Amino acid sequence: MQGNCIIIGASHAAAQLAPSLRQEGWQGRIIIIGDEPHAPYHRPPLSKTFLSGEKTLQQLLIRPLAAYDKIDAEFMLGQRVDSIDRENKSITLDNGETLSYEKLALCTGSRPRQIPLPGVELSGVHYLRTVADIESIRAHLDKSQKPAKAVIIGGGYIGLETAAALNKLGVEVTVLEMMERILQRVTAPVISEFYQNIHTEAGVNILTSMGVDAIQGEAKVESVLCSNGETFAADVVIIGAGIIPNIELAEAAGLTIDNGIAVDAYAQTSDPDIVAAGDCSSYPHKLIGSRVRLESVPNATEQAKTAAASICGKQIDNHTHPWFWSDQYDIKLQIAGFNMGYDQVLVRGDNNSRAFSVWYFKGEQLLAADCINQAKEFMQAKQLLAKGINPSPGHVCDTDFDLKSLLA
Amino acid sequence: MPLINYVDASGNQFEAEVEVGSNVMQGAVDNMIDGILAECGGACACATCHCYVDEAWQDKVPAVESAEQDLLEAVVDPKDNSRLSCQLVVTEEMDGMVVHLPASQY
Repeated sequence: MQGNCIIIGASHAAAQLAPSLRQEGWQGRIIIIGDEPHAPYHRPPLSKTFLSGEKTLQQLLIRPLAAYDKIDAEFMLGQRVDSIDRENKSITLDNGETLSYEKLALCTGSRPRQIPLPGVELSGVHYLRTVADIESIRAHLDKSQKPAKAVIIGGGYIGLETAAALNKLGVEVTVLEMMERILQRVTAPVISEFYQNIHTEAGVNILTSMGVDAIQGEAKVESVLCSNGETFAADVVIIGAGIIPNIELAEAAGLTIDNGIAVDAYAQTSDPDIVAAGDCSSYPHKLIGSRVRLESVPNATEQAKTAAASICGKQIDNHTHPWFWSDQYDIKLQIAGFNMGYDQVLVRGDNNSRAFSVWYFKGEQLLAADCINQAKEFMQAKQLLAKGINPSPGHVCDTDFDLKSLLA
Repeated sequence: MPLINYVDASGNQFEAEVEVGSNVMQGAVDNMIDGILAECGGACACATCHCYVDEAWQDKVPAVESAEQDLLEAVVDPKDNSRLSCQLVVTEEMDGMVVHLPASQY
């Protein structure tokens, strides 16, 4: 419990790991290294209230700097780690400085998947993952003739949340989705259709089965050329094509990789002095029953607590069912569970209204529920999952049946 | 700065100074007070910052809005004075307020 514990990545996981380390009894130094100039901040609002201007950077911080002072955690911000030397238990920064560690925590997160399109290097083309990305998007929009035009490549959650936030700002938005429907990878068709309608009503132009061939422009982006020959004028282009885990440091250090930095149920990597937590790691999830890499804040936080305990020699594996949320317009989507491998979908309520839920099953086993403006049903789904209770199809589809009665 | 008193389910007390305009959830997070998880960071999406506002302070807190109400109906052990602490924006009037934390957020 002495010596340096170095946390690589000033992330959601780091913001939990540092205080949890103190709670578990770590007495040595805690050093958090991050390549962005900011202390850990909430990323989910970036594509929502931060892009729309409702929240400031100060409001995004997970904890104020004073909170880290209180637990004596130090930051090295705006610096990157170049390599890990496991034999000598040290890391080297991009400025050549070397730091030794007793324990190391990899909270390196993930980064947007780059797509190899002609023209992606043009000014005005953005990915969306950091505060700097949002500031750059807003600066480009400010410089554009009004109403500004945005083309979003990718109809996943990030793309759609961005579309909603930009629509709110008065930007003319077009979303281009390569697959047959938006959110195809993550939800059932009924949810895709719902969001397609919501966005269309709000005035966002969503086009599916629409491949992109090139981003065009001289010095800056001017338009997007689709595979069918159509072009869409654009002042800014935002690419939302998913994320990939930042595993390179771990891989170069010889740690086991398996769709992310492979850790066990206790956040332990293949090196006993190194843990990993958050988007960058994959682990055998007791409740899901397979190795998964979850891209979510609650997961990063929970795994960070587990990692802190491991560092201090304790084993806790309080795996909980994952959950996610998405805010678009006045629609709050809350997702309980993980629908991977579902074979049956049931709708509770009227999917033509703005409040209903969609339940995913594998055989009789409840896997997940997507709840649209149905906070109560979200909470019930979460509790059913936690208790391993599988509601029958009849109960799910009958809105007069109180699901809470199954929990008693 | 208003002082908020957090009392956990075992009766342990924690005092925290919380800025006006911040909220009771953030005050707990900033001061590493266990018992408030705040998984969504204050988006009123998760109900893991559930607390009970002490009876004596009921009239100092804002009314419950519908999104919060829906979540509150499904928390573990809801009571009449249940609130989501992320929705309790701190005012000068709350100086000295006592909030009780539930045994569990799940």
